[in-house]
Amino acid sequence: MFDRRLFLKTTGAGMMTALAAGRAAAASPRTDSRLVMILLRGGLDGLHALPPYADSEYQKMRPTLALSMADKVVDLDGYFGLHPALEALKPLYSAGELLFMPAVAARYRDQSHSEAQNMLENGSGKPFGAEDGWLNRAILGLNPGERELGLSLGPTVPLILQGEAPIQSWGDDERAALDRDFLFQVGQMYRSDPLFMDALQLGAPGSGLLTGPQASPGTEDFIGSAKVAAQNLSRSDGARIAVMELQGWDTHFDQARRLEPLLAQLAQGITTLKDELGPRVWRRTAVVVVSEFGRSPAENDSQGTDHGDGGLAIMAGGAVRGGRIVGHWPGLTQTTLLNETRSRSQNAYESMFKAVLIDHLDLDRHFVEDKVFPNSGGVLPHKGLLHFS
Amino acid sequence: MKDIASFIALNRFGLGAAPGDAARVAGNPRGWLGAQIKRRPALPRALARFRDSDSILTEIHRAKRAGPEALQASTDAGFHRHFTPEVAARTQVMIASDTPFAERMVMFWSNHFSVSNSDLLVGPAIPAYEREAIRPHVFGTFADMLKAVSSHPCMIGYLDNAGSMGPQSRASRKRGQTQTAPLHETLARTILERHTLGPDGGYTQQDVTGLAKALSGWSHGGLTPGEEDGPIHGRFEFRHDFHEPGPKHVLGRTYAENGLHEGVALLDTLARHPATAQTIATKLVRHFVHDDPPAGAVARIAKVFQASGGDLAAVSAALINLDEAWENPTAKVKSHYELVLATYRATGQTRPGAQEVLEPLHLFGQLPFTAPSPAGWGDRSGDWIAPEALMARIEWLRGFASGLPSTLYPETVLRNSINPVAQQATRDWITQAPSGDRAIAMILASPEFQRR
Repeated sequence: MFDRRLFLKTTGAGMMTALAAGRAAAASPRTDSRLVMILLRGGLDGLHALPPYADSEYQKMRPTLALSMADKVVDLDGYFGLHPALEALKPLYSAGELLFMPAVAARYRDQSHSEAQNMLENGSGKPFGAEDGWLNRAILGLNPGERELGLSLGPTVPLILQGEAPIQSWGDDERAALDRDFLFQVGQMYRSDPLFMDALQLGAPGSGLLTGPQASPGTEDFIGSAKVAAQNLSRSDGARIAVMELQGWDTHFDQARRLEPLLAQLAQGITTLKDELGPRVWRRTAVVVVSEFGRSPAENDSQGTDHGDGGLAIMAGGAVRGGRIVGHWPGLTQTTLLNETRSRSQNAYESMFKAVLIDHLDLDRHFVEDKVFPNSGGVLPHKGLLHFS
Repeated sequence: MKDIASFIALNRFGLGAAPGDAARVAGNPRGWLGAQIKRRPALPRALARFRDSDSILTEIHRAKRAGPEALQASTDAGFHRHFTPEVAARTQVMIASDTPFAERMVMFWSNHFSVSNSDLLVGPAIPAYEREAIRPHVFGTFADMLKAVSSHPCMIGYLDNAGSMGPQSRASRKRGQTQTAPLHETLARTILERHTLGPDGGYTQQDVTGLAKALSGWSHGGLTPGEEDGPIHGRFEFRHDFHEPGPKHVLGRTYAENGLHEGVALLDTLARHPATAQTIATKLVRHFVHDDPPAGAVARIAKVFQASGGDLAAVSAALINLDEAWENPTAKVKSHYELVLATYRATGQTRPGAQEVLEPLHLFGQLPFTAPSPAGWGDRSGDWIAPEALMARIEWLRGFASGLPSTLYPETVLRNSINPVAQQATRDWITQAPSGDRAIAMILASPEFQRR
């Protein structure tokens, strides 16, 4: 009776039409570099994407989830490896176009996804500390005029791109469809209300939805977004900064099965960007992949992980000095991971973001410190992440 | 919002909390509700610009004379120009209303005296019907509302009374015996069964026929077969030539032949009948308190109804003062329409566009004035929370939340909506939601939000 469009998304012609409407003025921006931010919403488990497979502590903390060579982990440096679903990224790593920062830390210390995401995106150093996003403020520094240098590819313009600078977007009218994760959580919430629980169990598509583990966490058109982003970014009058989002990383249960397709999508999204941007633009491109927080080093009782500090940031692109694992790796015991990542500004997100803005987008250092990331003077830009630094 | 009483005032008796409501209600929820009981409530400004039913129906009646195609075009245009815009405006008024209890009473009585657009000839004027026959009386007397409703061309058209003739009426005798059953009983039966005494109200088929005879001739302008050149208008018209002559016997009383006044006297009698008090009290308590209305509460409301002569201001005040109404804050489920209103209010989206508000109403199948029968919309939880309907709710709420400004903080929505009644599990799942819009979607999809 009702059209249950699980993940029906705008594709192809729809996107292009929406994009064609975006205006582009003639003025040149200050930079010819390209930046693609990929926000992984829900809290990526870094230790699953980039397993320290050779660490015996890791195998102990994750009796069911730990990956080993037997699971076809793709070795990077004899200690860390890539989850097999990320195998497509190995050539980028070998070519020096991909780096990882494990144990990356937002300065957020509580458990709320929405607060952590808000803080990551508003750039003020605290949740709800600013009404606009730091990338939007950065765009103002690149180009105070009318040219829409920012491009949003999500269902709504994320906070990170909101603000005074005009930006392009497609899919503003696209509303999120139901996904199984969401229905699962709704089902959990309905457990104490039989009227709602019974109706949901009869009405929800698929059997075992509310009791059993989850199937694939969705098929949002992430690859399609990557194509659209690349086409736009490659145009001389196109955007310079694009933001993409991928949902579903909040893996409190059944993590291994749910992360596999997501990681594969992420890898394919990054290689799609590279292919579609072409070698000339890719050389000037940095892709930055972040998530609002990491997850607990130890697994929980549901073959999942809970909110914690074991985060991971990824940078890719021809402008990135890759083939490395960067930042301070504190080791894997729970206490060192927690305490050391928190105390070290070297692993702070702002450190990476500032480096990208200053060394890649050529923004003035003072502008970045005063306007884009106020209240973060103690966090120095991470040196040497990019070729043009 | 901190206390359960505020939640109850704003949800059980209101339309959900809009920004600022909690502060207005705090400390004196009953007083806040009581202050909305005004003998002559003003028509909301946004509804004043719409045309009256007379002019809407005149247009249709005129087109009817011109033939079926003109009629079709005219009713189509009427829905487009009058029905849909006013349904949207009424919904927008309720989303932004600062007298939500009064609006709930408009909805309650409009549903009690349900008229549906399944009748195409009166459909375009139904929002005007509510504006003219319901709104002025929600805190007036039940008898006045009953008479206003029963003599409104929309009700007369919907329940097929316009052409009803007494068997011995002049028009009927002139017509001869070639046609069957000139007396239509639908309006009379619905008044007895639905509007006043109730299905167990102790009336018989003879009472139905008696009332139908008294109401024969209750018609409206422009629709009379065989009088193609008669005056065209869209108002009530009493047709002496359709009216059954002679005394009428209803509920053990005899009403002497008195034309239009027979029906008026009968409606007044029905409005004062103890069975009517019982029916209305049961329905009100079911609507505001519990699917299975507590007998004590029903008895108290019925008593006030009876003692006050059906004074709906007194009855409304008595409802607010029922102890049972201030217990069990999530006993009832919001109708689809109430859920849509509450969703816009809770998220501070109090100025939505017409299309935005109509879309979910179409999706849920609860566009106002489209109830499937004269009984109106159902009023029990099971009428709203069925599998397909719940999935439609969740899907719409999820999509709605994703379209909200990302500067809207879930904590703000939570604090402003279900905070006093949210279970720990609900809070946990809201906190665990992987993004702000999903957290808000969880709040809106929670049983606490969908209940009242």
